[in-house]
Amino acid sequence: MVELTLPKNSVIRTGKTWPKPAGATNVREFRIYRWDPDSGETPRVDSYFVDLDTCGPMVLDALIKIKNEIDPTLTFRRSCREGICGSCAMNIDGTNTLACTRGMDEIRGVVKIYPLPHMPVVKDLVPDLTHFYAQHASVMPWLETETNEPVKEWRQSPEDRRKLDGLYECIMCASCSTACPSYWWNGDKYLGPAALLHAYRWIIDSRDEATGDRLDQLEDPFKLYRCHTIMNCTKTCPKGLNPAKAIAEIKKMMVERAI
Amino acid sequence: MAHFNRGNRPLSPHIQIYRPQITSVTSILTRVTGNALIVATILIVWWFLAAAKGPEAFARADWVLTSWFGNLVLFLSLWALWYHTLAGIRHLIWDTGRGLELKTAEMLGWAVIGGSAVLTVLTVLVV
Repeated sequence: MVELTLPKNSVIRTGKTWPKPAGATNVREFRIYRWDPDSGETPRVDSYFVDLDTCGPMVLDALIKIKNEIDPTLTFRRSCREGICGSCAMNIDGTNTLACTRGMDEIRGVVKIYPLPHMPVVKDLVPDLTHFYAQHASVMPWLETETNEPVKEWRQSPEDRRKLDGLYECIMCASCSTACPSYWWNGDKYLGPAALLHAYRWIIDSRDEATGDRLDQLEDPFKLYRCHTIMNCTKTCPKGLNPAKAIAEIKKMMVERAI
Repeated sequence: MAHFNRGNRPLSPHIQIYRPQITSVTSILTRVTGNALIVATILIVWWFLAAAKGPEAFARADWVLTSWFGNLVLFLSLWALWYHTLAGIRHLIWDTGRGLELKTAEMLGWAVIGGSAVLTVLTVLVV
């Protein structure tokens, strides 16, 4: 359901302004969303000042520097620091992306950082992705077969393999789904761009033998058809993938099999 | 997704902080113009009904619709009609699986905005 305002417990206050680094000349301001589950207070936005002369180039470098040198309570997920694990997905400068692959030089002015939009917050920049992962699992993201297992392996022509390009690279960072207004309003029933991209990845896999079942499962007013081609997903994908196109292809297959 | 949230967890901000994109703005405008056109249709139907009813009823409806405010509403409705039509064509193109590359989709968005403005002015000049 469309709810344009935040619930009472989610309204954001102005938070603390942390001291500037002494003697630094090249300073960048960061405004970061904070919420501490133990405080009993509503979320706030804190201001931090980072000396760029002693900091790496990426937003994640700055976050780590803040945690190490200014405020150890700042909480965020990160792991690979090279855009392959998807842990550090967050809303930076108004769009969703990975903190590790977003350069600070790509952002003008104050760097504003929020958790992935319209998600329950566990702490600070850490959203609860339980439901998002459950939706991914619901599309059966694995090979479904009926015929007997081949002696060696399930073979695929190079042409058929190429159909998976632009799909298999998804790292499930949730940037796309949490950028989607339809997912904001109907995320309980609409699967969202990430899960649907994965659904399509298996639907068009030449080795998969459950195509009909997969399409049957998506034939639903909410699961698939809440996509209105707003395209925030494709615009924001840090891996440059196109979930909107994958969803359009599923819709096309629905029509093709009906006529 | 507050409805499946547990405990006192806040909902992270969404529309308040998300930067508008050309594709998202043109998308919501499709819906806004579509709904505005329902109102415009009712106004036009009122005009016709009044004309069928008699000279006094028509004079009243005509006065409202040809006042400066009525003209403004009808002018905006004309734009809404062109916008909604072009956006509808864009959706038909998308339904064939074409025009979904990011660059093309963004270009189509600007084309809908520009095209609807040009066609509105042309319609006013011609009619």
